[in-house]
Amino acid sequence: MSEYILSVKNVKKNFGGVKALDGVSLDIKRGEIHCLAGENGSGKSTLIKIISGVEPFDAGTIEFDGIKQKKLTPAISIASGIQVIYQDFSIFPNLTVMENLSINNELTCKGALVNWKRMQETAKKALSKINFKVNLKERVEDLSVAEKQLVAISRALLNSAKLIIMDEPTTALTKKEVKKLFTIIKDLQAKGISILFVSHKMDEVFEISERFTILRNGKNVITGNTADLNDKKFTFYMTGREFDDLKTNINYSTSKVVLDVQKLQLNNIFKEISFQLHEGEILGITGLLGSGRTELAETIFGLRTADGGRIFMDGKSLKIRCVEDAIEHKIGYVPEDRLSEGLFLSQSISSNISVCRLKTLSSRAGFYNKNKVNQEVENWIRNLSIATNNALLPVQSLSGGNQQKVLLARWLANNLRVLILNGPTVGVDIGAKYDIHERIRNFAKGGLSLLVISDDIPELFSLCNRIIVMNKGRFTMEVVPAKISEKKLEEISMSE
Amino acid sequence: MNVKSCKASIHSLLKTDDKNFIRLLYVLIAVFLLCAIVKPETFLQISNFQSMAAIFPEFGILSLGISLSLISGGMDLSVVFIANLSAIIAAKFMLALAPDDSSPYTLLIIIAAIMVSLLVGIICGLFNGFLIAKIKIPAMLATIGTQQMFWGLAIVLTGGSSLSGMPELYSTVMNSTLFNFLPVSLLIFIICATALSIFLSKTRYGSEIYLIGTNAKASKYAGINNDQLTILTYVISGVFSALAGLVMMAGSNSCRADYGESYTMQCVLIAVMGGVNPNGGFGNVKGIVTAIVILQFLSSTLNMFENISNFYRDVIWGAALIIVLIVNYIINQRREAAAK
Amino acid sequence: MNVKNLFKRTETYILIALLLFCFLVQACSGQFFTGNNLVDDARALTILAMFALGEMIVMVSGGIDVSFPAIAALSMYLVSTKMYDFHGNIIIFFLAGALLGFIMGALNGFLIGRFHFIPLIVTLGTSSLYTGIMQGVFASHESVLPQTMLDFGNAKLFSVYNPKSKLNSNMPVSFLFLLALIVLVWFLLRHTKLGRGIYAIGGDMNSARRAGFNVFHIQMFIYCFCGALAGFVGVTRACMMLDCDPTNMVGMDMTCIAACVLGGISLSGGSGTITGTLIGVTFLSIMSNSLILIGVSTYWEKVFTGLIIIIGTGISAYQVTRKNSKTVSNALN
Repeated sequence: MSEYILSVKNVKKNFGGVKALDGVSLDIKRGEIHCLAGENGSGKSTLIKIISGVEPFDAGTIEFDGIKQKKLTPAISIASGIQVIYQDFSIFPNLTVMENLSINNELTCKGALVNWKRMQETAKKALSKINFKVNLKERVEDLSVAEKQLVAISRALLNSAKLIIMDEPTTALTKKEVKKLFTIIKDLQAKGISILFVSHKMDEVFEISERFTILRNGKNVITGNTADLNDKKFTFYMTGREFDDLKTNINYSTSKVVLDVQKLQLNNIFKEISFQLHEGEILGITGLLGSGRTELAETIFGLRTADGGRIFMDGKSLKIRCVEDAIEHKIGYVPEDRLSEGLFLSQSISSNISVCRLKTLSSRAGFYNKNKVNQEVENWIRNLSIATNNALLPVQSLSGGNQQKVLLARWLANNLRVLILNGPTVGVDIGAKYDIHERIRNFAKGGLSLLVISDDIPELFSLCNRIIVMNKGRFTMEVVPAKISEKKLEEISMSE
Repeated sequence: MNVKSCKASIHSLLKTDDKNFIRLLYVLIAVFLLCAIVKPETFLQISNFQSMAAIFPEFGILSLGISLSLISGGMDLSVVFIANLSAIIAAKFMLALAPDDSSPYTLLIIIAAIMVSLLVGIICGLFNGFLIAKIKIPAMLATIGTQQMFWGLAIVLTGGSSLSGMPELYSTVMNSTLFNFLPVSLLIFIICATALSIFLSKTRYGSEIYLIGTNAKASKYAGINNDQLTILTYVISGVFSALAGLVMMAGSNSCRADYGESYTMQCVLIAVMGGVNPNGGFGNVKGIVTAIVILQFLSSTLNMFENISNFYRDVIWGAALIIVLIVNYIINQRREAAAK
Repeated sequence: MNVKNLFKRTETYILIALLLFCFLVQACSGQFFTGNNLVDDARALTILAMFALGEMIVMVSGGIDVSFPAIAALSMYLVSTKMYDFHGNIIIFFLAGALLGFIMGALNGFLIGRFHFIPLIVTLGTSSLYTGIMQGVFASHESVLPQTMLDFGNAKLFSVYNPKSKLNSNMPVSFLFLLALIVLVWFLLRHTKLGRGIYAIGGDMNSARRAGFNVFHIQMFIYCFCGALAGFVGVTRACMMLDCDPTNMVGMDMTCIAACVLGGISLSGGSGTITGTLIGVTFLSIMSNSLILIGVSTYWEKVFTGLIIIIGTGISAYQVTRKNSKTVSNALN
């Protein structure tokens, strides 16, 4: 019995000339919770694919529990006790919980027929592993994200897993659900199962793991004990650069109120929402899932029509019944899910940036000058340092951070008064995150008023002048970052 | 910089759209040469080109309409029956007001009938657009339903038989050739193609339709009026269908409820071959026109063989589509591998 | 709870509408619930129902097949003409049709499974190809059936006599085929790994792959099965019509798809039941066949069919919209 359940030494992987992994090593002890971190493109996804047998490796050695593996396939990997839970959980939304839990197992049984009785028993067995209480007959698509994840975990535990690899498991979870997940992970550890937790979120690495490994550009940067890690070191290891812990210390004009929201109400979602947004101010809003914060943003932006209350800009009452109205009043919105709500992935960077300008630049008949548009687009690419040399490339070719900048460019091009950002740095590398934060501060300095909705307390602290906590459709508290600690705010925002 | 690297850098600057078009042009040239070699005496005649030019506008105009609906992320399967219905209503109008050619107002009545036909096309398009944009029925299903309705209405109006006896002036004008080489039907096609091309590439409505077809949610979030533009798409498709119907009626000097039944699928094939992405968001007029010309060359040449029947056209079109799909696939695979 | 779920499904409304319609027809003509009308209706929907069960399997997997009328027509034509002098068992005719259909469907399956082309486009292309082969290469035309097929077409399970119209309605033997097919498809989808795999692929193809399903094999099966079924049904159609008319199945693909959607099958795949599909088929078929009993001339048949499709899909669309807006407000709880 080896001390290490997984031992990866000097593994190399080439993808048509690109070195995805250039001699990477990873060791995971028995019963350990180990965090694997790295920016996009660091090689962590490739490493997972190799360990799980989905991709073959070109050089190096891999040992499962001391046994050397010459060639790996998914079947061998699973048989050796390695289970991967991908970000999409690999579930079937149209099938019942029972089927989702038992179908993998059923496929390994002999015969062409399925045995429903056996599937029922397998499903019950899976649920008992983490004591997950759920209706087996429910369709998985009707479950919450956290419940779906628990289905995936239960299923993973069916086959005497020794190592569970979780790929960015907390992306779609609320803070409460993350805490619950961590409890489950600790339980699994108590049962002797090792967990490889892939994440780039600093606070998670600190909270849950004992040791960590950081990759950058397909190479190891460091492997160490989490106890020896701090914020600055983490950021440095991830990006190779040091970042100053900047905070917003701009004085915004407390006299000029740009947006005045009074008793805004959306039936069954939020009510009695009143606040004022000043010129050059960055106002933060945080709260649990279901607090109504996204719906609030959508209402101000015209995606939803308010049932009550009023919105004033520069003292004038606004009637916002559709997005076009909001845009006309110089309000912009960068949504939470940039991939499905914001970007036109297969279209060019240029189209993505210029979309909101077309109306203004067009004659009554609809004709517009493409050269003028291209000029503007080039300016914005330079302005925001979007990493591309060809604006005609599809926007999906850009990294997350650059994609977010494309969305920022789209809105800034419209000479806005108010910009609402929902989760501005979700899925963005640390380096790009700091860059975007700096730019947001600069926009505010230039007179733009910003509303930032986020779950990321440190982010809110580094950006906002004021932070409002929203809970179950109401504003419960307003804090000033200078006068409260991050931990305290986190507690408040998570309380019922 | 030598020629090779010049070409390479131009190539890399071009969007995938353009690259597909250039490939289509190569295919066009290849097919032209093939036809010329196989049947030099008959293919390379002016009369051949003239007759081809008079035949293809029928389904050519329909293809343009269907392409627009595909680009917007939907699909208009009712085009052929809008064409028939609008032609039938126009014919009834003409028959009622100018039963014999003797009326001095015949020309005016014909013009009015044409207006009526276009109006029918607009109304049908509005109906389609309403169902798809406001009721949110998936385009394919909505137009399967409206297709049946329009077809049914046409059957009720004609009692199942074909209408004829329209003023001779109509078919004379529509079938005539301007300046000795430009058939009127071809002129109509050119106008439609040019108008659509300008609409798609130079107006904001065209740009926005591409975006809706790519991601309807994101376009809503970007302030694009999805509903209005969707309705506009189907109205344009309806108008094009009406025009096609007028051409079809002139060609056969009659109209029926089920003329051109198989055209629908052929037009979708043309669109896909012409580079229109059936999921939406991509496609341009020059590709579609090239695909139409390629297929017309092939089917006309086929006609020149005595023992090969007309119906081989369907074989050619079906096989051509599959071949184009496979070739595009292989080229894209190679390109992706090279990019890595 | 269960009843509430029932009303979330389109096919429930279609079933209610169907029943209402039946009673309406009975009230107007007194002829609906007569033995011979029911037999006539059963006879009329047999072919559409068999096609629809095949299409259902394809749609559940997330795909679509518009080539099956062409496959059916070509199989029917080849069997009727090339086997004209064959005097063996009728089963051989059916097997021949199925085999031809299987091969044609295999091309669909290969192109879709191997290259991941869009099913709609592939089957549009093969539809054109097969129609062209039939009309061009084989110069198809309406023709006389071999005697064995005629005999089969004339055979009946039982007969119902209507004293009022003095007509006999014969229940065709092929109705048994439909019943057998229903059982077969039910068993396939419910009890085999292949069948569950079809739903799995329709739900999430990547997850299906990761779970261990052989997606390519399953897709090949789906399209080959649909093709073989189409070929089989083509021969059946000829027998029932006592005539080989290669053009009389044109357009059935759209009617079939509409019937499936009315029966609750989603265009994007992953859901669908046999009951629902049969409700959809019955609805469309009975509606169009019974209009004459309420005094509506057959000229209006298509208008009604179109209207039904629009209303049915409209209801379905409305439910989807309601479901989407509900998920937001439920998030609060």
